[in-house]
Amino acid sequence: MVTSVSSLGRSGVFDWLVQRVSAVVLLAWFVFVGIYLATHSSLTFEQWTNLFNLTGMRIFTLGAILALCAHAWVGMWTISTDYLTPAMLGKAATSVRLLFQLATLAVLLVYLIWCTQILWRI
Amino acid sequence: MKPKRPVNLDIGTIDLPLAALTSITHRISGVALFAATAVLLYLLNQSLVSEQGFLYVRSIIGSTPVKLVLWVILSALGYHMVAGCKHLLMDIGIGETKAGGPIGARITIGLSVVLSLVVEVWLW
Repeated sequence: MVTSVSSLGRSGVFDWLVQRVSAVVLLAWFVFVGIYLATHSSLTFEQWTNLFNLTGMRIFTLGAILALCAHAWVGMWTISTDYLTPAMLGKAATSVRLLFQLATLAVLLVYLIWCTQILWRI
Repeated sequence: MKPKRPVNLDIGTIDLPLAALTSITHRISGVALFAATAVLLYLLNQSLVSEQGFLYVRSIIGSTPVKLVLWVILSALGYHMVAGCKHLLMDIGIGETKAGGPIGARITIGLSVVLSLVVEVWLW
């Protein structure tokens, strides 16, 4: 079995599953919000905040941002281990890859906190 | 990590078939969406924080440069979702053949072009 210290679950099979489950959650969220916006062409501020005031919508949106963090982490990790390699970058590859992964993690942490703030400040 | 790991493929020397091009585009759109999430969260934040913010988002979405940016982001999202659905179908064994590869790639391109046009009509 392929394992790696920096992969999400230290196991390719686990990451594979995380990528699929989070993809389905994100698909559901974007399809739902897309249909909602398409069917409310003259949307008002009140309707929009009422939607995000629903406990169900908050849970759904929090689930979606958590799914996005997991999904983006697995995706960016895969890209970094495919392209930021010694074959491409030489000796600096390991440092560059680790920095890239840490930067990804920092951005995702900001996204998660930001989205949580948006949801609970309404 | 072993100091000398074998390099089996020199990707730069390989001609990419259509299925490989749709695959790399899936990756590129994924990285683009990673960055675009900041734009989407900004719009979500503004639209929910106050009525002025909501009206501000409505007004900037009406301007051509913002429409173009949103159109690119939503097209990338549409492409990424269609290509992702193709992945899920292949995971359950649909289209996993040599003939299925280019067919799946063509369907992916076709559907995402349609989605992109739908978004364009919707925005303008």
